[in-house]
Amino acid sequence: MNHIPEVIRTIPLDYYLYFSVALFVIGVIGVLTRRNAIVIFMCVELMLNAVNVLLTALSAYRADANGQVFVFFIMAVAAAEVCVGLAIIVMTYRNIRSTDVQILNYLKW
Amino acid sequence: MREIVMPVIDQEMALLCLLVPILPLLGFILNGLGNRKLAKGLVSFIGCGTVLASFLISIYLFFDFLTNDSRSYIVNYYDWISVGTLRIGFSFLIDQLTLFMMLMVTGIGFFIHLYSAGYMSHDENFGKFFAFINLFMFSMLVLVMGSNYVMMFVGWEGVGLCSYLLIGFWNKNTNYNNAAKKAFVMNRIGDLGFLLGIFLIFMTFGSVSYPQVFAEAVRYAGGLDSGVMIAITLLLFVGAMGKSAQLPLFTWLPDAMAGPTPVSALIHAATMVTAGIYMVVRSNVLYVMAPTTLEIIAIVGVATALLAATIGLAQNDIKKVLAYSTVSQLGYMFLALGVMAFSSSLFHVLMHAFFKALLFLGAGSVIHAMSNEQDIRYMGGLRKYLPITFVTFLIGTLAIAGIPPFAGFFSKDELLAHVYEHNKVMWAFGLLAAFMTSFYMFRLLFLTFFGTFRGTVDQKNHLHESPASMTIPLIVLAALSTVGGFIGLPAVFSSEHVLGDYLAPLYDYARLVNAGALEPLHLDHATEYMLMAVSVGVAVLAIIIAYVMYVSKKVVPAPEEERLSPIHNLIYHKYYIDELYNTIIVRPLMWFSSAFHRFVDVLVVDGIVNGFGKLVMQSGRSLRYAQSGAIGFYVLVMVFSIVLILFLNFFIG
Repeated sequence: MNHIPEVIRTIPLDYYLYFSVALFVIGVIGVLTRRNAIVIFMCVELMLNAVNVLLTALSAYRADANGQVFVFFIMAVAAAEVCVGLAIIVMTYRNIRSTDVQILNYLKW
Repeated sequence: MREIVMPVIDQEMALLCLLVPILPLLGFILNGLGNRKLAKGLVSFIGCGTVLASFLISIYLFFDFLTNDSRSYIVNYYDWISVGTLRIGFSFLIDQLTLFMMLMVTGIGFFIHLYSAGYMSHDENFGKFFAFINLFMFSMLVLVMGSNYVMMFVGWEGVGLCSYLLIGFWNKNTNYNNAAKKAFVMNRIGDLGFLLGIFLIFMTFGSVSYPQVFAEAVRYAGGLDSGVMIAITLLLFVGAMGKSAQLPLFTWLPDAMAGPTPVSALIHAATMVTAGIYMVVRSNVLYVMAPTTLEIIAIVGVATALLAATIGLAQNDIKKVLAYSTVSQLGYMFLALGVMAFSSSLFHVLMHAFFKALLFLGAGSVIHAMSNEQDIRYMGGLRKYLPITFVTFLIGTLAIAGIPPFAGFFSKDELLAHVYEHNKVMWAFGLLAAFMTSFYMFRLLFLTFFGTFRGTVDQKNHLHESPASMTIPLIVLAALSTVGGFIGLPAVFSSEHVLGDYLAPLYDYARLVNAGALEPLHLDHATEYMLMAVSVGVAVLAIIIAYVMYVSKKVVPAPEEERLSPIHNLIYHKYYIDELYNTIIVRPLMWFSSAFHRFVDVLVVDGIVNGFGKLVMQSGRSLRYAQSGAIGFYVLVMVFSIVLILFLNFFIG
């Protein structure tokens, strides 16, 4: 079996860039346009993973393992964040029987 | 030329020199920390004991100095300040003048400490008093022992601080606090001059250490009466004016009588106020090079002597009379400095320290017996009740009046003889001041101790002679005031002038600069006898007039309400100098202060500070509506902002 970085390098770097930018923009647009908290949450994950793809690709192309190590950190933190975030969403749903973020506008001036 | 630096000083001597000022400092720390916790007996033991130890060490150093051919030496402890070319060592200069002042300060200081142990025994802040007065001893010793102008300045400020603390010792009385503040502020004016003088010395000679400055001064190219020399000496003299209460900065000293009487005796009569004279004698080289300054000093001195003496004629407060007498005697000393009779001036400093401390302590004894009454109109006939105080006070009065063979006669006569040789008009004024001195002192004596008692019955029943701790210093000082003058016999009686010969090496440098200036008196014996006869005659005449007025005719000074003749009124109100200063300096200053407060401080400074606060509040109030609570909006703003930042970063930055 080939070494993984070599496999990654079989696709040109530009492709990775375009792909992750596309993924990231989809995530941003999702966060901006959707009203369901869970969907927004998924879009956030999309953005995180766009960054992960980019990090992995650049790490392979530059032969520097730091990028991949960083990806693991991001995944660990994202997992923790999902835990807390989903718990909050569950609590919100229990209180207002909805996950629509438009209703949650009590915290203001 | 005398040897200035004696490099080999053994460790023990260095330690002994250091102990002299350190012991009182130790007393200050112990008494200050244990103010109300230590027993009064222990406090007075620490207070008096440390000063006595300093006195004994000073005596030892003195005899050691004499047995070592009077070689002056510098004890350097460490480099205190070292910036650029400026090197200031923490070091002491031990020479004739230092030892003279050390003996005077610690000796008289010890007796006054002893006296205070009795006088202050009823005060709740007994420990505080001894702490302050010990701190004063420390500062004064640093002042006279330091080997450079900066050390002198440190001591100079230290004694000023202690003077302030002790004038306002009874700080529950607002008037006393005001007197303390007045003394402090007036001294600051003088200190500014002194400080500028030190700066100018450093600029001109590149050093502030006495030996180097004097050696440089001798080599100084400007010659006699150069502008720089006059500036330096005048600035230093401004410092002396403040500290030694000369015109026009003398009004604080009479007010300083608010402090406890031992303080008046020690600080405001015997030691601190003579710091100015010490400073001028120490810098004699510089002053000899500036004859113009000396002339100004002589004029200021004689004017102060006369003015203060006239005010003394009409005062009714026993301590105020003595205070004006002190100002007047200090004027004499400066007059002597002005005519380059440096040793005579120091002679008078020492004699004055004896008899003025004696008089103040005597006055303290009277005040103690009179239950804090200080007005001589309510005294009288006290000689029966206070015999020891009376006899010693009489000796002090005779000494200050200049009756032979008491101390004041010799010093004042020598001083006036020098003035006579220099300028006959000044001599005449000096003689007039001597006449008035004799008159007001005997007026004080007669009103206090003769006639019948004029106080209340309560006071009369309370009259008592003071305890032994107060009378012993009186007796010792009276003895010194009687025989002290023999250390400086005039030329007609003896070819040897003990004090003059001892102090002579101090002027070695000055002689190099201006050889003719420091010659001994050239008067023939007939003139000298004549001068003595005239001054004694004048003093006796004043005594007779005072006797006729206050004993035979039983005149008592008019009570407060009675209208006085215009001249009497003018003198009684001290020429309205305080009022004058209030009008031309204090009031405009207050007016300026309140104007600055109202316009600069309240409007401009506060306006800017509060303006910023208001701006922030206002903008916060309008910007808070941006916080709508809609998360989508926040995220949108965030995304646009990030895009904007990236855009700026890539395409512009």
